[in-house]
Amino acid sequence: MRLSRLKEKAMQGVFFLTAITSIAAVVTICIFLFYNGVPAMAEIGFFDFLGGQDWSPKNVPASYGIFDMIVGSVYVTADALVIGVPIGILTSIFLARFCPAPLYKILKPATELLAGIPSIVYGFFGLMVIVPLVRNNFGGNGSSLLSASIVLGIMILPTIIGVSESALRAVPESYYEGALALGATKERSIFKTILPAAKSGVLAGVVLGIGRAIGETMAVVLIAGNQVQIPSSLTDGVRTLTANIVLEMGYSTGLHREALIATGVVLFVFILLITLSMQAIKSRGEKNG
Amino acid sequence: MDDNNAAIDVKNIKAINKVTFRQRMISYKRKPLSLLLLIIVGLAAFLSAAVLVFLIVFILIKGVPNLTPDLFAWEYNSENVSCMPAIINTLVITVLTLIIAVPFGIGAAIYLVEYAKKGNRLVKVIRTMAETLSGIPSIVYGLFGMMFFVTALHWGTSILSGAFTLAIMILPTIMRTTEEALLTVPDSYREGSYGLGAGKLRTIFRIILPSAMPGILAGVILAVGRIVGETAALIYTSGTATGTASSVMSSGRTLAIHMYVLANEGLYTDQAWGTAVVLLVLVFGINTLSAFIAKKLGTGKDK
Repeated sequence: MRLSRLKEKAMQGVFFLTAITSIAAVVTICIFLFYNGVPAMAEIGFFDFLGGQDWSPKNVPASYGIFDMIVGSVYVTADALVIGVPIGILTSIFLARFCPAPLYKILKPATELLAGIPSIVYGFFGLMVIVPLVRNNFGGNGSSLLSASIVLGIMILPTIIGVSESALRAVPESYYEGALALGATKERSIFKTILPAAKSGVLAGVVLGIGRAIGETMAVVLIAGNQVQIPSSLTDGVRTLTANIVLEMGYSTGLHREALIATGVVLFVFILLITLSMQAIKSRGEKNG
Repeated sequence: MDDNNAAIDVKNIKAINKVTFRQRMISYKRKPLSLLLLIIVGLAAFLSAAVLVFLIVFILIKGVPNLTPDLFAWEYNSENVSCMPAIINTLVITVLTLIIAVPFGIGAAIYLVEYAKKGNRLVKVIRTMAETLSGIPSIVYGLFGMMFFVTALHWGTSILSGAFTLAIMILPTIMRTTEEALLTVPDSYREGSYGLGAGKLRTIFRIILPSAMPGILAGVILAVGRIVGETAALIYTSGTATGTASSVMSSGRTLAIHMYVLANEGLYTDQAWGTAVVLLVLVFGINTLSAFIAKKLGTGKDK
């Protein structure tokens, strides 16, 4: 009897330990990133690192300014949103409200399939199809802000569609019925009652899309051109924070390597901010709903 | 793809009022904005579907002719650019990752669902942390894996370092899906088991886990899909060595990394298309299997 109680207690302890692994993992990741990245930031100078526009690790003395990459990441993400958000939200409205049942059975798995395609396949597709397309129609050498934004816009579609569709479906039917009863057309009822009511859920989908776009690496590296510069037009090349890490980590040493890890820290902080705002949106949505 | 889904959707579409086609046209004539909205919504949905179809058809057309026996030769060399060693490495790394991550993921979910009291502060913290983990980009996992497993633990660029990095990455996925699966097990199962005199542990292993198994399995397979497609987290942890890894301590490239290297070098475009097809088929097969098992769960329960 006592033995079995001991076993129960021991296993509860084991389950507890497995439960706190995720906490341990986040803490370890934070410690390692900050421990390796922050000293480099201090050595370079915090503002020289974040605000500096000169990234030339090979020069003597080398300079490590990642401002162009921060702007690059923001540009690429913003342009991807311009493409992905309208199409994503409209598609989710179609799926939730207009789609006939037989078509839904095809379309829904299709959007899930889109989410399952590995990013490297998107990148390769972009390299072989989108880049030549941009080169021939818009000039430049094709590897550009525009190419990266198009591919990222496609990549964030399934995220936005999935989250905002379930938000739209969660709106009580009575809202819609009320609008119809007041004489509004179906479209007007949807856009004026259901969409505003599902606002926080749709916003959560967009924020999730931002997270995915800003963290995407392999697809962007292949098609963005990777020049360290603030692009002056859509057909200019651009380098993101993620691309900077992947491109140079292989051969970097010393302060250069630490500067790249510090780039990772900046990216990590961006993502933490996004996760936090995501949770804020969620808790606000729960309060209102 | 069976009638089950249709039945659910038909329920969602409620006819409030029958409107004939003619009435509708008249209403659109009076309110052209509504017609415009309808058109752009339809157009957007069509565009989303068209992108997917175009992507897949294009890759298949370009890739299938390149699926030569050479591409699947056992040894890699610069003549055949075989992806067979990469497939084997992918398999090894997947199995290893699952061995590490699945017990932790399931254990954590069991604690959250079966042991933790409702409204527990710690549960909230664990959930937040799991959510944070699932938001971290894979390149940051790659950086961490490189600093922690490769450098600090002196495992070097190896399959083992890659597997541990991926294990942390898929942990939240497995936790969340297992949690959902455990929550679908009706409380009457637990009460029945306790009523027969079984302890908590026996109830969990004999009653709850078996009935939640399809849901857990679907989650695990979903995680496999993510492992197979992963590149950024592996490139500096398991490395880009071309051969089949001889042990877990040696470096070896997975299929996705193989593809990245081919695309980056730009020398073997044909083989890269072929590899893309292999990768797509693998990932789609995995996703379909996961959806199939999840559906089994839905129909197996008497609700």
